[in-house]
Amino acid sequence: MAIRSFFVPFLLLVLWFYSSLSPVLSLYEDQVGLMDWHQQYIGKVKQAVFSTQKTGRRRVIVSTEENVIASLDLRHGEIFWRHLLGSNDVIDGIDIGLGKYVITLSSGGSILRSWNLPDGQMVWESFLQGPKHSKSLLLLPTNLKIEKDNVIVVFSNDRLHAVSCIDGEVLWKKDFETESFETQQVIQPPGSDLIYVVGFAASSQFEMYQINARNGELLKHESAIFSSGFLRELSLVSSETVVALDSTGSILLTISFQNGEISFQQTPISNIVEDSSGPAVIIPSSVPGIFAIKINSVTIFIRVIGKGKLEVVEKLNQETAVSNALPISESQQAFALVQHAGSEIHLVAKLAHDWDANLLKESIKMDQQRGIPHKVFINNYIRTDRSHGFRLLIVMEDHSLLLLQQGAIVWSREDGLASIIDVTASELPVERDGVSVAKVEHNLFEWLKGHMLKLKGTLMLASPEDVAAIQSMRLKSSEKSKMARDHNGFRKLLIVLTRAGKLFALHTGDGHIVWSHLLHKSEACQSPVGLNLYQWQVPHHHALDENPSVLVISRCGPSSDAPGVLSFVDTYTGKELNSLSLDHAVVQVIPLPHTDSTEQRLHLLIDSDKHAHLYPKTSEALGIFKREFSNIYWYSVEDHNSIIKGHALKCKCTGEVADEFCFDARDLWSVVFPSESEKITATVTRKLNEMVHTQAKVMADQDVMYKYISRNLLFVATVAPKGSGEIGSVTPEESWLVAYLIDIVTGRILYRVTHHGAQGPVHAVFSENWVVYHFFNLRAHRYEMSVIEIYDQSRADNKDVWKLVLGKHNLTSRISLFSRPEVITKSQSYFFTHSVKAIAVTSTAKGITSKQLLIGTIGDQVLALDKRFLDPRRSVNPTQAEKEEGIIPLTDSLPIIPQSYVTHALRVEGLRGIITVPAKLESTTLVFAHGVDLFFTQLAPSRTYDSLTEDFSYALLLITIVALVAAIFVTWRLSERKELQDKWR
Amino acid sequence: MEKGKGVMGSGQRWAVDFSDNSTAPSSRDILDPLGFTRASVDQDDSTVSRQKKDAESNWKAQKAWEVAQAPFKNLLMMGFMMWMAGNTVHLFSIGITFSALWQPISALQGVGKVFEPYKDSKVELLGPKLLFIALNLGGLALGVWKLNTLGLLPTHASDWVSSLPPAQEVEYSGGGIPI
Repeated sequence: MAIRSFFVPFLLLVLWFYSSLSPVLSLYEDQVGLMDWHQQYIGKVKQAVFSTQKTGRRRVIVSTEENVIASLDLRHGEIFWRHLLGSNDVIDGIDIGLGKYVITLSSGGSILRSWNLPDGQMVWESFLQGPKHSKSLLLLPTNLKIEKDNVIVVFSNDRLHAVSCIDGEVLWKKDFETESFETQQVIQPPGSDLIYVVGFAASSQFEMYQINARNGELLKHESAIFSSGFLRELSLVSSETVVALDSTGSILLTISFQNGEISFQQTPISNIVEDSSGPAVIIPSSVPGIFAIKINSVTIFIRVIGKGKLEVVEKLNQETAVSNALPISESQQAFALVQHAGSEIHLVAKLAHDWDANLLKESIKMDQQRGIPHKVFINNYIRTDRSHGFRLLIVMEDHSLLLLQQGAIVWSREDGLASIIDVTASELPVERDGVSVAKVEHNLFEWLKGHMLKLKGTLMLASPEDVAAIQSMRLKSSEKSKMARDHNGFRKLLIVLTRAGKLFALHTGDGHIVWSHLLHKSEACQSPVGLNLYQWQVPHHHALDENPSVLVISRCGPSSDAPGVLSFVDTYTGKELNSLSLDHAVVQVIPLPHTDSTEQRLHLLIDSDKHAHLYPKTSEALGIFKREFSNIYWYSVEDHNSIIKGHALKCKCTGEVADEFCFDARDLWSVVFPSESEKITATVTRKLNEMVHTQAKVMADQDVMYKYISRNLLFVATVAPKGSGEIGSVTPEESWLVAYLIDIVTGRILYRVTHHGAQGPVHAVFSENWVVYHFFNLRAHRYEMSVIEIYDQSRADNKDVWKLVLGKHNLTSRISLFSRPEVITKSQSYFFTHSVKAIAVTSTAKGITSKQLLIGTIGDQVLALDKRFLDPRRSVNPTQAEKEEGIIPLTDSLPIIPQSYVTHALRVEGLRGIITVPAKLESTTLVFAHGVDLFFTQLAPSRTYDSLTEDFSYALLLITIVALVAAIFVTWRLSERKELQDKWR
Repeated sequence: MEKGKGVMGSGQRWAVDFSDNSTAPSSRDILDPLGFTRASVDQDDSTVSRQKKDAESNWKAQKAWEVAQAPFKNLLMMGFMMWMAGNTVHLFSIGITFSALWQPISALQGVGKVFEPYKDSKVELLGPKLLFIALNLGGLALGVWKLNTLGLLPTHASDWVSSLPPAQEVEYSGGGIPI
């Protein structure tokens, strides 16, 4: 009896366990935001237009370098709406028309769109064609009307268009006949029906067209020649005067074209500026009567007085940004200047015609890590006392966006995070005794209240308000954002490098910025360009008292042979520990699998002359390196001429200066792809820190296959040069894709397969002994995904059980790649619905957990696809044993299960990369997807088999235990009594 | 068998023996009643009991053989159950296999106890015991065989290499497309 009564609940438990093992990994609605976070950004603002009408909410419309147009709330900086245009649809200009439409000109001036201001719905779109590519200019005259229709004037593709603001219809268009005419400005003097188009033809000819704005009729065409030529930049000082520089940058030219007559006025810069040296540049601005030039780093404001006479009004030594002019009344125009001075920025707003009077003069403390101001946009409002107040929108060097008003920062946005170029993860500090829980839980009452609520929730007594309170408590759990390591390794720091050269540390718990650091400029390097991030020091065994640090590789300038800069940044504090300005370029960085006694990883930096430089430059590192000297190789992929070369280190550098950390290299091997038929399109290797648990793969029939696991394996995909363009630009016969597996130590090609009728782009991921790649199949008109698994045949005869039991085998001894490997490969292809932006694979601490592919789809979502679907051993009718092994019957296409979208309902706009970081808990991996948006979540590809899930019912467990104990007591008493009765009988 | 004892007075002692002497031959100092001859009854009784004992030992031996053969039925049933359970690893088959393993082991542990009631100087228990042990060992073998068919015994190479870490490589190479 007793056994049976125990058996029933046990069976139920087992049933529950099985039912929870369903293969779909999805979230419940109330789990959203518990372990994941999503942040929306827009990128560096290029242009901003304010919309501050009395009715409706105040907002600012911005266009950014990430190709986003967005409407931001002026009060809080939140995004009202946002559109990300494609990467080939770059925004050239934005403006607001009729107070209710946002007009954007994009795609090299060929697409003009209108969006509804309040909700961002597209109203119309029109395509503007023209004879040739040219500068694109968008102009919205305020009071120019053609038949009660407001007009948008667009100059693009060397043609002038007038477009209706209501429906996007082209009212008229005008071509310019002059050969090599380069338009610089389109001017519409307010209150007139004229449009001036000015520009240069050849290098020394100034051209002016006067056009009737109503019908596009050419009224006048004048040209004048200035013998010493122009620099291609114009500054507009009035509606009929522009300022240009001659080709040497030393003479200012005031060009006026009043009444269609062009007249030049030359003013050498040295005449008005005493100590001017070096060529000047015009800073584009549109302040009437005033323009700005920059000589070296000095900004000079010059006023135009009367007949081409110039007068210097101010010289500013600091970095300065100038806004455009803002009309504040009938005759007055205001503009703003922002100067950077140490830890402060100075804001000045002035009237255009009165330099000496300041409308506004403020100093605001600014975080040093934001760098210098790059751009400023001005907007005004009427105070209660009818005076003008100003708000300024500032774009800083780190691409952040700030709104300043009344001497304070109203809001700021870290939009540099929209352009992440590299990511690495770092541990948090170990929890010390100093941090107590009491600090987090505000007081005992709050704590009690929280627990009462939770109890109510478990007992299902909670009202809807209580449920909401519990949910918000779960989301805001202080455990998540604690600044200390947790037992499961879920809390980490994500160190990201942005295009602006700023490092951010993001907390994985809730995504807040822990610290940020702008890469310093030094004497040697004025504009470092951040390239890559590497883990420099990861203390775990020794040197535990040292903080981990990252290595930032940057380059001094845009060219590939510019000298490199190394910065070492402490990941706990964000302080730059050291910065090295190198005297050589950095073309490749090779992290070596060796660390020194302080756990600093050895790195080999290859310069443009193929010398290898060892870092850190210590004798200890040199000692370690010398020991492994003959076993270190490197390879380079020259994708422009389709060659892969292998190199070995030879000897110390033979240069004038003896440098014992510099080594010469010799060429070892090269793989030359026939350039007329193959072009390298993708190369992938395994991740350096990937852990593999086992080298054996066990089949259903107890058979063993040994995986060919090598760190030195490169997957290369080449396509036909003809087929390297867009999909569909070639016929299937002309296009093919060849996939190679190459050993990068010896240059041996281990496998080669050709896909006929396939076309790139190829996205691939390499892990353990398999590689998965994605391409387009022109014959089937579908995307395809292929998998190659590679096995080591030379180990296959290790099958004697006794030898294995006694350890008499050489399966784990170190092997040399120069011994001839015998490999076999298995591969299979499947159709896949989506086109792909990025592919990654989950990685776990020990590599035991099964893998999932993380596919960044074209819809900017991340799809988790089990690796079991990409198993070359799949067959149409798997045997019973194979089914038990978990082999899925072969289908022609890979299934897309809607629940397996990792990003659930969210979108990571402009998805560029997916990074996986193993947590300490073997079942779990941390996933970070970045693009314009950031998204982070935890994934457990085989469910959390090593820990109880978050929704595990502890109450049920407790109740069961209590019930069992009670039952034991009762039955014990009963049996006692029964025994006694039996004895009396 | 209790003895009531009392102490009364200082010098006098007496005792009442409540023991029932009806069957056991009582002490000879009390005379038998008239017409009762003890010798004949005694002899009669011993022959009956000898016969009885013979029958009992026969019965015991028979029973012991029966008990010794009992695992055979069990074996058949187990075989049937195992056949029903199939060769896939799931809760049912594992349960059956483990009970098939556990039953013979526990039976073997309690060999002495099982044959305790049939212990007799005249009964030869070695044969039944050996049979019992053999049958249980057979059951155990069946269980092990089942375990093996389920793939739970490390008899394959795969069981020994499945946790071998990948071999280290002597050489190391890195690089890629220039940054």
